[in-house]
Amino acid sequence: IASLGLAAHADPVDDTLEIDGEPMITVAPAPEGHPFDTVYSGWLFREPETRAVEADSFENPGMLAVELGESIWNTVDGTAGKSCASCHDDAAQTMSGVGAHYPKWDADSGKPINVELMINKCRTENMGAEPYKFDQEEQKALTTYIKHQSLGEPVKLDLSEGEMQSWWNRGKEVYYTRTGQLNLACASCHEAIMGKNIRADHLSQGQVNGFPTYRFNTSGMVSLHNRFRGCIRDTRAEFPAAFSDELMALEVYVTWRGTGLSVETPAVRQ
Amino acid sequence: MFGGRKLLAASIAAAMTMPVLAAETAPADVVFDDFAVTSSLTGAPGSPEEGAKVFKNRSLGNCLACHANADMPDDLFHGNVGPEMNGVADRWSPEQLRAIIVDSKKVFGEETVMPGFYSLDVGINVRKDLVGKTILTAQQVEDVVAYLGTLKE
Ligand code: HEC
Ligand code: HEC
Ligand code: HEC
Repeated sequence: IASLGLAAHADPVDDTLEIDGEPMITVAPAPEGHPFDTVYSGWLFREPETRAVEADSFENPGMLAVELGESIWNTVDGTAGKSCASCHDDAAQTMSGVGAHYPKWDADSGKPINVELMINKCRTENMGAEPYKFDQEEQKALTTYIKHQSLGEPVKLDLSEGEMQSWWNRGKEVYYTRTGQLNLACASCHEAIMGKNIRADHLSQGQVNGFPTYRFNTSGMVSLHNRFRGCIRDTRAEFPAAFSDELMALEVYVTWRGTGLSVETPAVRQ
Repeated sequence: MFGGRKLLAASIAAAMTMPVLAAETAPADVVFDDFAVTSSLTGAPGSPEEGAKVFKNRSLGNCLACHANADMPDDLFHGNVGPEMNGVADRWSPEQLRAIIVDSKKVFGEETVMPGFYSLDVGINVRKDLVGKTILTAQQVEDVVAYLGTLKE
């Protein structure tokens, strides 16, 4: 079997992750109503070399995005003459643990809001600056920086806020809907055959706790909606726009599926 | 003369009906009978060599993504989502293999993750340029059936 290039592993590895000495929760009991008993971080499905790079901040290329995010945080932009720091001071304090609880309910728009859209909201409403375009480098860096302030913090959503529960319901429907010519749903790959290999890819539960993630094969940061769109595209389907209602609902639902896992941003993938 | 003309007429008729006889069965017209598709989709025999190409090619069958195949030791990264292909022809008849490839859901049930390769019963939001198209052509299905038929233990 090994001679066929078949990876011998089928399940998450039995390993513990510490990032710069701080322990991460990579295995957690699933929340009530979850199809699995246990949720696993995507880190446990990666090759030893990839895992090692994530465990060491000095080696993790995603830390460059954190540094870029920090410099944007402190840079004045827009007509109000403010930076993020003007209002939020030191992110290490004001943003600590914040990213672990997104998406949240946004009463103003009557929709869930994620970190990317919260950044845009502050830019337009509080700074008089242009919103970032989807996947603009600054958007990815600032999101990475904010999520990184929750490193180690367990993911937990408040579904009782606003209409979060109905968005969760809708996201669940999207998760189980088969798309494209290949006729596969998220659940086909990340639930039914989790742990198996599709070609060289070892299928994880498709958790979001490491996003934005650094990917070696594109040598850059990958946002969550970019990943969603990539997975949908791979079913040979048209994919929805980033931050569309469909993908926001999916973000709510998939984030919930990883309840209890530590935020690992920036996680490292091959 | 007379006989010759008759022969000619007959061969013209034959030539005109040939395309009809050889016409591919459209995806919606494939008949499943007891988990098998008895008749060839094209009327022409499949080529095992072409079938092997379809089996490994990522933009065609990409079967190797999910099935390990000991017959292809030079190709890296065999998946393990479905059963290994060694001896598949001992387990299934050509008619059953055709059914599995055309629309695996008709054999394994709705929940299978194996795509239907000659079926239009697909997911929502199909990529625009692929709407109404099957993953494989009828002849490619026949080629894969012929190839799998060589995998005996
Ligand atoms: C002029 C003041 C001001 C500036 C400048 C500003 N913000 Fe905010 N920000 C706020 C206020 C007020 C809130 C809380 C209100 C709300 O949630 O809508 C907030 C909320 C947030 C939150 C959500 C916090 C939570 O607990 O959920 C994030 C994240 C955030 N801002 C990021 C940023 C970033 C990144 C920048 C710079 C691009 C920025 N802000 C610039 C005033 C500002
Ligand atoms: C055809 C198979 C397939 C389908 C369908 C699929 N994915 Fe994936 N997905 C993958 C593969 C392969 C990877 C990379 C390996 C891994 O992390 O599991 C991946 C990775 C991911 C990741 C990143 C996980 C990490 O730890 O970095 C997320 C999140 C994800 N998928 C979510 C989804 C969602 C949501 C859907 C449905 C909209 C979906 N996927 C549909 C194959 C699929
Ligand atoms: C995305 C995954 C996937 C792909 C791609 C795929 N298959 Fe399968 N296949 C499966 C699974 C899973 C099964 C087992 C049936 C089940 O559990 O649903 C299966 C079963 C089979 C079987 C029955 C094997 C046995 O020994 O019982 C054959 C034959 C087969 N596939 C051939 C093919 C061929 C030929 C292709 C490409 C044209 C292909 N498959 C592509 C997933 C896949």
